[in-house]
Amino acid sequence: MATIPQTGIKPSISIAILGSGGSGVMTTGSLLLDVAGRAGWYGMMTRSAGPQIRGGEAAALLRLSPQPTETHKDHFDVLLALDWLNADRFVSEVDLNAQSLVIGDEGKVMPGAIAGLSGNHFELPLSGTAKSIKGGRINMVALGALAAMIGLTLEDVIKVLTQSLQRKGPEAINASISGIQAGSHIVDSLPALPTIGAAQATGRNRWSITGNEATGLGAIRGGIRFVAAYPITPATEVLEWMAPTLQKVGGVLVQAEDELASINHLIGSSFGGTPSMTATSGPGLSLMTESIGLAVASETPLVIVDVMRGGPSTGIPTKSEQSDLNIALYGLHGDAPHLVVAPNSVGDCVFTTQWATHLAETLQTACIMLSDQFMGQTRAIIDRPADIAFVSGGRQLASKPDVYFRYAVNDSGISPMSLPGTPDGQYTGDGLEHSPSGTPSSRADDHIQQLDKRKRKLDQFNYGDHWALTEGSGEMAVITWGSSTGAVQEALATLRAQGQEVRLVSLRLLSPIQPERLQRALQGVRRILVVEQCHGAQFYHYLRAFYQLPGVVKSMAIPGPLMIKPSDIYHELQSWESV
Amino acid sequence: MMETATSCTPMKPKDYKSGVKPVWCPGCGDFSVLMALTKALAEMRLAAEQVALISGIGCSSRLPAYLNVYGFHSVHGRALPVATGLKIARPDLTVLAAGGDGDGFSIGGNHFMHSCRRNVDITYIVMDNQVYGMTKGQASPTTDPDWDHSKLTPGGTKVNPYYPLVIALASGANFIARASSSDPNGAAKVIVDAIRHPGFSFVHILSPCITFRPEQRDWKKMVRPAPVEATSNPVTAAHRLMTDDNFFLGTLYKGNRPPYQPDLTPVIDDLSSIEKDFEL
Repeated sequence: MATIPQTGIKPSISIAILGSGGSGVMTTGSLLLDVAGRAGWYGMMTRSAGPQIRGGEAAALLRLSPQPTETHKDHFDVLLALDWLNADRFVSEVDLNAQSLVIGDEGKVMPGAIAGLSGNHFELPLSGTAKSIKGGRINMVALGALAAMIGLTLEDVIKVLTQSLQRKGPEAINASISGIQAGSHIVDSLPALPTIGAAQATGRNRWSITGNEATGLGAIRGGIRFVAAYPITPATEVLEWMAPTLQKVGGVLVQAEDELASINHLIGSSFGGTPSMTATSGPGLSLMTESIGLAVASETPLVIVDVMRGGPSTGIPTKSEQSDLNIALYGLHGDAPHLVVAPNSVGDCVFTTQWATHLAETLQTACIMLSDQFMGQTRAIIDRPADIAFVSGGRQLASKPDVYFRYAVNDSGISPMSLPGTPDGQYTGDGLEHSPSGTPSSRADDHIQQLDKRKRKLDQFNYGDHWALTEGSGEMAVITWGSSTGAVQEALATLRAQGQEVRLVSLRLLSPIQPERLQRALQGVRRILVVEQCHGAQFYHYLRAFYQLPGVVKSMAIPGPLMIKPSDIYHELQSWESV
Repeated sequence: MMETATSCTPMKPKDYKSGVKPVWCPGCGDFSVLMALTKALAEMRLAAEQVALISGIGCSSRLPAYLNVYGFHSVHGRALPVATGLKIARPDLTVLAAGGDGDGFSIGGNHFMHSCRRNVDITYIVMDNQVYGMTKGQASPTTDPDWDHSKLTPGGTKVNPYYPLVIALASGANFIARASSSDPNGAAKVIVDAIRHPGFSFVHILSPCITFRPEQRDWKKMVRPAPVEATSNPVTAAHRLMTDDNFFLGTLYKGNRPPYQPDLTPVIDDLSSIEKDFEL
């Protein structure tokens, strides 16, 4: 397997912190990420945990770099285990190479599966040092050790720690500081890590945010003021962030009895005039599909965020997969044109959710946004995402008409909505096919007129440059979407650094299709690799069904739960090139 | 509920009709319910644009199209979630939900229970005819176990019927009443009481299906006013509802639980304080 050259592409340090539940793995990882962010690095942290509710094993997987980064590289430079209980569960997720440092607690036996991996093995007196401090904790010793290894200053670590542990009181803070200080002194015997270049000054414009929080923020920016939802992994953090935030901005989050209720709460609130959203995952989306069709037929704006996880059925709730594309595109019965969009990075969750809200409101229909577990639960250090104020945002509202027809047939296909409370604007929204006035109708001419209208409004709308993220030139292209974009970008950067021109097209707008735009983006392309995290190659088949793709097209469809690696894509493209 | 949404001019029941001709069979009890509802709205002098009527699917769920209030004809079983979302987002409106026994107690049964529990200030009118009329006569959750006129359940359902008023009380509904389509004036009075009472109000209306349950014509001889006033004591109400024969009419329970209505007043003007939390 070819590996990506480190130098000149994206210098980075990757760290895996393992431990049993309750040992403080996630706290150590989050604090380390925040300290690195304050010091001026970009970075990301993903969480991995077993199926246990509490306890079991947990891993915090970090990558730090002077450049923005949202994908793990091939190997981890450091694996540090607070303890080795069940650590072998993570063998498939934590790749090591000959230079990797594998660090365990002094005197503890490393499991065979880990001992068999490549890398240099070391022991540090983690628990011994913690025990020597009153109230000392092993994860704080580890934090001190890791910070020292990668060159973060003690002052920065203490500053972040003091702030984040404020609520725990001075005693806990002092014990933690002692642990960190002691931890920083136990790493002198270790070999130096590769240098990754200087951190950059942050100013006030660097954020630490997860994709799920970013989704919530994009929704709030877009004007969402009503959310109804049912808890589901891995979408729950969108809701947990939004519930208190909505209270501040005059909105509300309703925890419904099930997904059938939540999607229909949205129809009611949106009918009343409030921009409305839910967040769910595959099983919840399945339950909601009937009423998403109702939103399409009744032309009621709503946003449905699907934070995808491994499927089908209950599948792998805590792991990522891009396999809900088909249900998002085709899950509704009847001819039900609607919007499907997908963010391509943690930061882009802000933009795309805001855009989804704008599109749903403007086009008076349902917009499904496909995020996923990887993007949703990754915490990243990013530049503050710009607030895109959409000029034409909002619904077209009916003024006081002489005779009001809710579903009036017109050129744009968008007929003004009357909000309850408006005199002489009364109408009945309906999932039954209807005449322009909204009266139920099974007449052929009403059906074709309303079908045409609902399709026309989506087809004629100008989606501008937002339809896709496009980069690069050359006769080879990768088409991808969603969270696979990060890995593709890194693979392409490597190829470009080696002098190979290559293009990226990452679709943000999946429905309605944009054939002319994609054709322009692929002008002169002779080979296309379609990359997705999905066993059934749903994205590849979708492209094949709706787009004219030039030249030779190959599918690279790899299911979850492991993320597609930049090196896999690089290797695929490079070996194709050399044929 | 708030009485601010009254019209300046006196309204007549016909002012609330849309003029669309109902799809119901001649003799259907739902015609009387439509009449009772327009009488109730007229008595309350509610401006038509301040009222929203939400329904699911079924014969009785066609109701919104026949009124000139705001309406939403949703999908089967989901009238209550739609009505709940609307009322929470728009507390200024008078929100009503309506439908049949299959829509409300079978496919929408979970929402019925949770709507009673949530106690949002909406009024839910169920026209119960113990049959699925729109799909041509199948048993519903309120059908007696020995009713054997449906091909779907030869020999009867052999399943005990569901007692919606008992379920409503146990689930926390704040107002429980029964009316009959044979007495539209009485039904109108009950509907007015239900709308005025804060929280989730459940109005069970016996509304015969003369097409698939012609024997229900006799209901008008069987109904009679409940011999006692409405109670606010759930224990007393439970005893009465468990022992009544389904034909006592009137308001049977009036609770005093405060309705669920989140405060929608913003406490910040812009998002800068929210976004600050993400800054390093």
